[in-house]
Amino acid sequence: MSEAPADELEAAEVVRGANAPLDIAGAGTRAFGRPGEAAARVSTARLSGIVFHEPAELVVRARAGTPLVQVQAALDAHNQMLPFEPMDPRVLFGTMGEPTVGGLVATALAGPRRLSAGAVRDNVLGVRLVNGRGEIVAAGGRVTKNVTGLDLVKITCGALGTLGLITEATFKLAPRPRAEATVVIRRLDDVAGVAAMTRALGSAYGVSGAALIHAGMGRDFPRTLLRVEGFDESVAYRAESLIGLLADFGAKHALTGEDSSKIWRAIRDAAFIAEPRERAVWRASLRPSDAPAALAALGDAARASLVDHGGGTLWFSTDPTEAAASAVRAALSRFPGHAELIRGPDALRARVDVFSTLPPALARLTRGVKQSLDPRGLFNPGRMYSGY
Amino acid sequence: MSQIAFPPPDPAILARADAIRASLKALLPEECVVVDEAGRRAFETDALTAYRRMPLAVVLPRTSEEVAAALKFCREQGVAIVPRGAGTSLAGGAVPQEDAIVVGLSKMNRVLELNYADRYAKVEAGCTNLSISEAAAAGGFFYAPDPSSQLACTIGGNIAMNSGGAHCLKYGVTSNHLLGVRLVTFEGEIVDLGGPALDPEGLDFLGLICGGEGQLGIVTEAYVRILPLAESARPVLFGFDSPEDASLCVAAIIGAGIVPVAMEYMDKLAIEITENFAHAGYPLDVEAMLIVECEGSAREIDAELKRILDIAREHKVRVVRESQTALESAQIWKGRKSAFGATGRIADYICMDGTVPTSQLPEALRRVAAICAAEGLRVANVFHAGDGNMHPLILYNCNDPAEQEKAERAGMAVLAMSVELGGCLTGEHGVGLEKRDLMTKQYSAAEIAQQKAVRAVFDPQGRFNPAKVFPLEAA
Repeated sequence: MSEAPADELEAAEVVRGANAPLDIAGAGTRAFGRPGEAAARVSTARLSGIVFHEPAELVVRARAGTPLVQVQAALDAHNQMLPFEPMDPRVLFGTMGEPTVGGLVATALAGPRRLSAGAVRDNVLGVRLVNGRGEIVAAGGRVTKNVTGLDLVKITCGALGTLGLITEATFKLAPRPRAEATVVIRRLDDVAGVAAMTRALGSAYGVSGAALIHAGMGRDFPRTLLRVEGFDESVAYRAESLIGLLADFGAKHALTGEDSSKIWRAIRDAAFIAEPRERAVWRASLRPSDAPAALAALGDAARASLVDHGGGTLWFSTDPTEAAASAVRAALSRFPGHAELIRGPDALRARVDVFSTLPPALARLTRGVKQSLDPRGLFNPGRMYSGY
Repeated sequence: MSQIAFPPPDPAILARADAIRASLKALLPEECVVVDEAGRRAFETDALTAYRRMPLAVVLPRTSEEVAAALKFCREQGVAIVPRGAGTSLAGGAVPQEDAIVVGLSKMNRVLELNYADRYAKVEAGCTNLSISEAAAAGGFFYAPDPSSQLACTIGGNIAMNSGGAHCLKYGVTSNHLLGVRLVTFEGEIVDLGGPALDPEGLDFLGLICGGEGQLGIVTEAYVRILPLAESARPVLFGFDSPEDASLCVAAIIGAGIVPVAMEYMDKLAIEITENFAHAGYPLDVEAMLIVECEGSAREIDAELKRILDIAREHKVRVVRESQTALESAQIWKGRKSAFGATGRIADYICMDGTVPTSQLPEALRRVAAICAAEGLRVANVFHAGDGNMHPLILYNCNDPAEQEKAERAGMAVLAMSVELGGCLTGEHGVGLEKRDLMTKQYSAAEIAQQKAVRAVFDPQGRFNPAKVFPLEAA
C-alpha cells in the first residue's frame, strides 16, 4: 500500500486508518538510519509548497514534501539562506531526486556552519506533524523567542520520522554573507591541525568553518581550513588577523570567493569520502581535543577521514563489515561522545547498531516518548533502533 | 492575580507534615533541611510576588546524590516537588504549595570545569548565570545568554525556562548553548543526557528538558558552551519621534541582512523611568528609542554602524548617540537591564512576555497602547525588538483590587493579541503559574494533551512543579 495525501487533513486520515506500520517517504535521497521495516508507505510528495517567506523577519515555512531546491531559490532571491548549511545528501548516498524539507528535519544533519549557526534543531522554529493517533499537532511557531509549553520541535528533529508524520516546518533564516575567505594551512598533522583550529576558534574572529582534510583530498598533503564570512571589509580584516594569529602554524594565504565556497561544499557533503561507494561512512561527535587521539585509535579501520567543526566532528569511511563496525565502536568507546553509521549497505545497517546502544535509563525514556506520540508504533519502525 | 487557582493541598500530606519534616531531617544533613516557619517563608514566592504559599519544607542538597535521596523520599511519600534556583521567575515558576517540598539548588553553585580548548564549562545548577561568564573571562570566554536578572538567576533556572536575554538576537537562547545535563528523575535515578561533545545522540531530550519548567526532573549539573569574547562592542542610542518609525527601522535593519548583537526598544515612559534611575544618557525628548549594539574591531563596528545609520535615517531617526567609552556602554546597559527594577520603584507592574513576528511590531505597539488606555492604565514598553519579544510593563496600584483586576485583564488581552498576530504567549519567561490558563489560546486540546503525555513519560504522577504550565484538569 502506498498513500500520498494531498494535505494535512488527508494525512491525518491516512494515519487514523492505518492498521499496519508506515514508512514515511520523502524523496528517498537519504538512506540514513536502519532500513525501513514497514510494508506500507506514506509519501509526502503532494504535501508541497512554500507556505510563506518573510524576508524582513528571517523566516520561511514550507510543507514537508517541498523540494529544498525550491526553498533555496526563494531564499536566494533575497540573499538569505538556511543558516546551518544543510548537506546535499545525493553526493554521499549516490541518490537521485530532490531532497525535501521533511527529510532535512527528520535526519537533521548540519554542515560546517553548525559551529557558529547551530544545528538543525537550533534553527527550526516550528513543526506541524500528525501523531500516531492521527491528530494534528503544532509545535513551536514562527518566532525565534518562544518558550510556551513543552518544546516538541527539537525532539522531532533528527528522530528519523519515528515520532510523527511531519507535514510542515518553519525555519529561522540568516542573511547570506556578502563575502567569505578561507585561511589554508598546509601540511599540519592531526595534532597540530586541531591545535591551530582550537586557537582560531578561541579567537574573536568569528570563525564559521574549521576543518581538516587529509592528503589525497584534492592535494597530496593535508590542509587545515578556517573560514570567515560577512561584509567584505570585515572578512578581509578577520582573514588577515587569523593569518597573523596562526603564523607559527604556517598560515600564509586565504582563498576567497568560489575557491573558498567550493571546498566547503565538498566538506559539507562529505564528498571527499563518498567514494568508493561500497564503503560504510560514519560520523562521530566528540570533544575537539579528543579528535587526534580518536583518529589514532581508529587507525586503519578508518580508510579515509576528515575533521569538521574544529575537531568536534569526524567523518570517516570503513569497510562495510560487522567487524569494522565493532572496531569503530571499540576504538571510540573511551571518548565522550558518540558515533553514527551514516551510510552502509542495508544488510549491514540492519545488523549493527546505527546509533550507539542506549544506557537503560535513556532507552526507557526513548521508548516512553515514542509511545506517547505514536502509541500504536506506526511510524518508521526500526529506523532508529531495532524494535523501536 | 488573585484569580489563578491553586489546587487544594492534599489533606493526607498536611496531616503527616511533622512526620515528613522529621524524616527529611533524618535523611539529609541538618544544614540541608529547612522546616521552621521563618526559614520556609523565604521560599514562599518568587518574582511573581502576588502569589505566596508556604511550602511544607525546603531541602537544599549539596550533591546530585542528596537530590536523588530527597526525590526518592518524595516519591515514596507521594509529596509534590517544586524545584528552585534563585527564585527570580517572573511567571511564578518557583511558587510553592502547602503540600510540596521545595528543592533548592543554591548550595550547588560550583563551576566544576572550564575547558577552553573544547569551549565548554561544566557547572552545578545553582551557579548564577553571571558567575559562569566571570569565571570564563580569565580565558577570554563568556556564557552568552544574558537574562536581565543574570546577577542572581541560576543556570538551573535558565535551563528550566530556556531563558533568553538582550544579546540572544545574535547568540541565541539557553537551549542553543546547552550541551548536556545531569538529571535526577522522578524515580530518584541520576541520568546524564548529552555531554561535552557538540551534538548529543538519539532523541533530543535536551530540547525537552530545556524549557521543561522543572516538570521533567531536577537538573543538578550542566555542560554549557562558552564563546570567545568579542574584540569590542559598542551600543548606540537611536531616538525616534514615533514608535512606528522605531519599530519599522528594526524590521528594515534585519531585512537588509544585518543582525546586530542586540536591538532593544524603549518607549518614552520606559526611558524616563530608567534614566531617572540609571543616568545612562538616554534622550528624554523622543517617543521611542532603540539600543543597537555592534561587535567586532573598531573598523568593523564603524562599517556596520554606517549601514545601520543609513537605514535609521530613512526611518526619520532624530537623535543618534554613540557610546564613546566603556563606562558609557556599561551605563547604557545598566539602564536597560534595570528597567524592570526601576519601574518597580515608581509603581506596581505586571510584565508581559509575548513574542510577535517583527513585521507586526507597529501593530502590536498600537494595540498594547489601546488595550491599556481602555483600562485607564499606563504602560511602559521595554523589550527585545530584534526578535519581537515584547515586555509591556502595565503599571497599577496593588492596594487597589479594582485596578489590579484591570491590569490583569489588560495583560491577558495583550497575550491573546500576541498569539493572534502569529506569535506566542511567552518568549523567555516561561508559562509558569501566571500564563497556565492561557495555554488554550495557543494550543488545541490535542496539542496540550500531547505535551502532557510527553511530560508523563518523565513524571507519571505529575509531582514535579504541579499546577504550572498546563491548565488544571476540570474538577
